Formats: sequence, structure tokens, C-alpha cells
Amino acid sequence: MASLSLVNVCKTFKNGQVAVKNFNLDIRDQEFLILVGPSGCGKSTTLRMIAGLEEISSGELWIDGELMNLTVPQKRDLSMVFQSYALYPHLTVYENMAFSLRVRNVVKTEIDQRVRKAADVLCISHLLDRKPHALSGGQKQRVAIGSAIVREPKAYLMDEPLSNLDAKLRTQMRVELSKIHKELGATIIYVTHDQVEAMTLGTRIVVMNSGVILQAADPKVLYMNPINKFVAGFIGSPSMNFIPVWVERREERICVEFSKNRLYVNEECAKRLMDGDYLGRRVYLGIRPEDLHETGSKDQELKLNVEIKEVLGSEILLHGKIGRSPVCARLKPDFSSEVGGEVSIFADMSRILLFDMETEENILYR
Amino acid sequence: MNYKLVTRKLSPYVYIAPAIAIFTLFLFFPFFKTIYLSLFKTNKMGQAKLFVGAGNYSELLSSASFFNSLFVTVVFVLIVVSVSMLLGLITAVLCNQSFPGIRIFSTAYALPMAIASSSAAMIFKIMLHPAIGIVNKILGFHINWISDPRYALICVALLTAWLNSGINFLYFSAGLSNIDEVIYERASVDGANSFQKFFRLTLPGLSPILFYTLVVNIIQAFQSFGQVKVLTMGGPGESTNLIVYSIYRDAFFNYRFGSAAAQSVILFVIIMVLTLCMFRLEKKGVHY
Repeated sequence: MASLSLVNVCKTFKNGQVAVKNFNLDIRDQEFLILVGPSGCGKSTTLRMIAGLEEISSGELWIDGELMNLTVPQKRDLSMVFQSYALYPHLTVYENMAFSLRVRNVVKTEIDQRVRKAADVLCISHLLDRKPHALSGGQKQRVAIGSAIVREPKAYLMDEPLSNLDAKLRTQMRVELSKIHKELGATIIYVTHDQVEAMTLGTRIVVMNSGVILQAADPKVLYMNPINKFVAGFIGSPSMNFIPVWVERREERICVEFSKNRLYVNEECAKRLMDGDYLGRRVYLGIRPEDLHETGSKDQELKLNVEIKEVLGSEILLHGKIGRSPVCARLKPDFSSEVGGEVSIFADMSRILLFDMETEENILYR
Repeated sequence: MNYKLVTRKLSPYVYIAPAIAIFTLFLFFPFFKTIYLSLFKTNKMGQAKLFVGAGNYSELLSSASFFNSLFVTVVFVLIVVSVSMLLGLITAVLCNQSFPGIRIFSTAYALPMAIASSSAAMIFKIMLHPAIGIVNKILGFHINWISDPRYALICVALLTAWLNSGINFLYFSAGLSNIDEVIYERASVDGANSFQKFFRLTLPGLSPILFYTLVVNIIQAFQSFGQVKVLTMGGPGESTNLIVYSIYRDAFFNYRFGSAAAQSVILFVIIMVLTLCMFRLEKKGVHY
């Protein structure tokens, strides 16, 4: 396996569009690194630059201490799994998986051994004689992954491999990928726009937007301590609620006020707000749906006008407004509420985040 | 009620009747008439006069000239098909990229199909002229290409191959555009070089269009006539006496319509057998 480094990597296309700007990242050996972000943020372009399928406009790519900018894809010793599977349509599953070994003139017996071993791992041994057109989506994806793992490369690159699968199969394959990562001890660089995939699979997540890295951290840190409003809103499902609030001092305590609601912040928040000179100014209050509860103290109470109620079985999602701000709350399934009615919910003030209204940076970032 | 039913049942046939009429007049009737004539000795007007049954066929099959025509035709078809398909494939692969000015090359490579074979033959005749021809000037030779039995067939074949390469270029370009680019990217990451990608991905991906082009090119090559008529008239010494030209000469110079018809039938059988054999082999080599 391998470690990779991207140093000030930039990509500008011929039409002048800047896809990736000053991308700096060190990828450790055996890491499962996720590149996540909205469509067009440059994550696939970054992956393709690592693979050698896109030229690096400026900057350096190092793999195991070797500069790879001018090295052709054939010589980088990487494997890639594509979103569209990219199976060779005229070859059987066996031949698809053996292709990369055949072009490197690996001995026939070894090819057979490696292909059958990979097929066993992925439970596709019974499909080896079939052609891609006779496979289901999930089977095709397994074959694509199998074709990648037979090579035992330095690192695996995966470009949204699960995005063409249905929800149930996607959940299954996520588990399979986690198992494969553990079994192979592989370095995997994985691109997805699905933050659920990112949070469940990755040992480290890189959140990108508009060609730049916003934050690179493990899933828990990204969830608890996002660097800005974009990362906070991107990570977590349903998304974090953002409410514009005024920072005020009432009864010698710092609070945030909006639409006749008042919430007192804790000491650490108060200190950060005072240090940042936010008193009397507007900021965004960020609170996750799961941090709004059915019970709590009076000074944490908020009145939610329920507009939509989603019953998920193990929980309910209430969508509505607090004042004029749209809010979503994730509550226990037995919570009593009616569409069109008003309910009391309680904010966990130890879990709130505050964001500067102009820069959108997390005021409480540690 | 019956009238409506009859109208509904007959109306499809009414729609195809004009096409059937044309096919009958220009295809089916000449076809069966040719078979009919091949069983007779005819007069100078082409009227069947004396029934000889298989007599024309046995005459042909014991004629050295006929076997020479067959041999020359086979050599001609081999050269034309291989060169025209190779040329078409190479130019299609070269043009399967995007960079400024590529359309000029694409147009140039496709141009031969817009040129009439007789016009091209006349130009080639000048180019191959022993004294003033540009070929001899460039190569520094003094060869009379068209009058030399060693070179005449090759010259006619290369001209025909070049003429056919234009349409082949179009077929292969269409075929190449149907191959998903992503598999080439995967092949690059897998470690395949350009040659490996061409032989392991491009050719199999093109196999349906290759098959179609092969069949069409073989049939066309067997039926080549214009170039031979303008350039060599079947000579020198019957070295370019392709079977179609032999049929033409037998019919319109020697007034032996029966013999010409028999040769036509034999040509039809050869092409039909070849086509059937190719369709049998299709299952093995063509990937859909």
C-alpha cells in the first residue's frame, strides 16, 4: 500500500474554468479517505488527476516519495473503480477481472488464482462465465471492484461507485466495502456526493466546495466541529438548521434572540461571542434536528409550527417554522403532534453552533 | 363490411406495391432472365435461340480464360478489401480525436467516396503515365504501370481500395464513436498501452461494423467495373480481366449473352456462398 501527497495541486481546463485550486493533502498508508462535496466541486477531477487521467495544471503529486506528475496512468500502479462500472462489454467477468493482469504479462496460473480469490471475496464466483450485459447493477459493481482488487495496487481510487445502485443495495455494498478495506488493509481514495456514505465509510473525510478543501478531518470531528456553515450543513442528515439570531445581553447573561424566542448560551459560547465582538450583531445559530428534544428546561423552549410530519417508524421528522425560520426536528416516534398545530421543543444548548453572518465561519471552532 | 375488411387486409400490400414493381422490373426480372439465358445459346440481339442446358457452364468450367478471370478477381478482391479496410480503419482511428483542424482531415479522408470511379480512373491514368506521370517522377522509375502485366492489377486494385476507403472511414468513425470512452480510461489505469487498447478493446468494439464493412466491401469488390474499363480494358494480356469485365466483354463485344449470363450466375453463387460463410463465422468473432 502507499502514501500519497498532493502539494498545491491546481487544475484549470482549456476554457479557463478552474476546477481545483491549491489542493494540499497528505493521504496516509491504509487510510480510507473520502472526497465529498456537491456536484462540480472538483472531487472527481482531483481523483482523475491522481489516476493520471487528467493533467495537473500546477502543483505536485507524490506517491510513495516519487513525483508522479509526468508518469502515465499505466505506470502509477493504481486501480480505479468508475461510477459507470466501465466493464469491457465483450469480455466475460473472468476476462474483465483478468485484463489488468494479462496486459502486464502475469503468468496464467497466477492470474487464475488471483481472479478466483477475488471472486470468492466478492461472492461472484458463479458469474465468471457471464458477460456484463447479463449482470445486475450490484453484480456489475462487484465485478468492477473485483477487477480493481486482483491487481493489489498501491492504492484504490473509487469514483462514486455506488451512486448507480438502489438505496438498499447501496447500504449492502457500503458494508462490503468496509469489510474489503479491513481485509485488504488498502489505501482507498473514495469520491462521493453522499454524505451518509462519507460518514459511514471514511476514516477521514475531505469536504470540498468550488475546487477548494474546506475541511479535512475524521467523521466525528466534521460532525461536531465543522469549520464553517457549508460543512455544517453538508454533513448530517437531515441537514443542520440555520436560524439568523441577534446576540444580546439580558439579565447579565449572553443570549441569542429571534422571533420572540430567547435562548441563553453557555459560558464558553458567551466568551467566544464577547471575544469576537458579536454583541448586538446578527449571527447564524446552527442546531441539528437531533439536538431538538421533546423535553427540557423552560429557557430552552421553542415553539414550532408544524407544516409537514414524516413518520419513519423509529423516529419522526417534523418540518415547520419557528417564527419565520424553517426548522426540522427529529423526535421520538410517540411524540404527539399535528400538522398545522404548534408544538414545544427544547434545544440542547450544549450542542449548538454559531456562524459569522459574513464569513460563515464557525465562531465556536476549536 | 366485407369491403372494409378486404381494404384493411389489402392496404399494406398497396403501400409496398410501387416498390415491389420497381424491384420486379429492375431486380427480380433481370435476375431470373439471366438464369434463363444462361441455359441457352443466343443471337446477337440477346434472344435465346438454342437450349443447351448446362452447356454454357461446362464450357466455362473448362475454359482457361474463365479460371484466369476468377483468379484475377480473387486477387483483386483480396487487395481491395484488405487495403481499403485498413486505410479506412487507420484514418478513422487517427481522426477519433479532438483538436483544432481535425474536421479538415476527416473531410479529406472521406472525400474518395464522393468521386466517381471512372473520373478517378482517368486521373490515375495520367498519374501512372510512363513519361509524364507523377508516380514515375517521384519514384524515379520508368515503369509503364498500366501496360505491364506485373503491375496493372495492383494499380487497379489500389485505385479501387482508395475509392472505397472513404465510405469505410465513415463506417469505422461511426463505430468508434459508439465505443464508451470510459473503458479506455480504465484500460489506461489497468496498464494497457496504445497497442493493447487497440487490439483488445477497439477491434472487438468495432467487430459488428467490421463484419458489415467486410461483407459490403467484398460484394462491391467483386462487382468492380468502371476502373477496369477506363484504365486497362481487361488487359494487358487479361491480367486485369475481372469477372465482371469478362461478363461485359462476352456480352457486348462477343455477343455471347448465354455465356455472359452463365458467368453472372456463377459470380452470384460465389458471392452468396461467401456471404453465407461469413454470416456463419459472425457468431464467433463479432461481439454485440
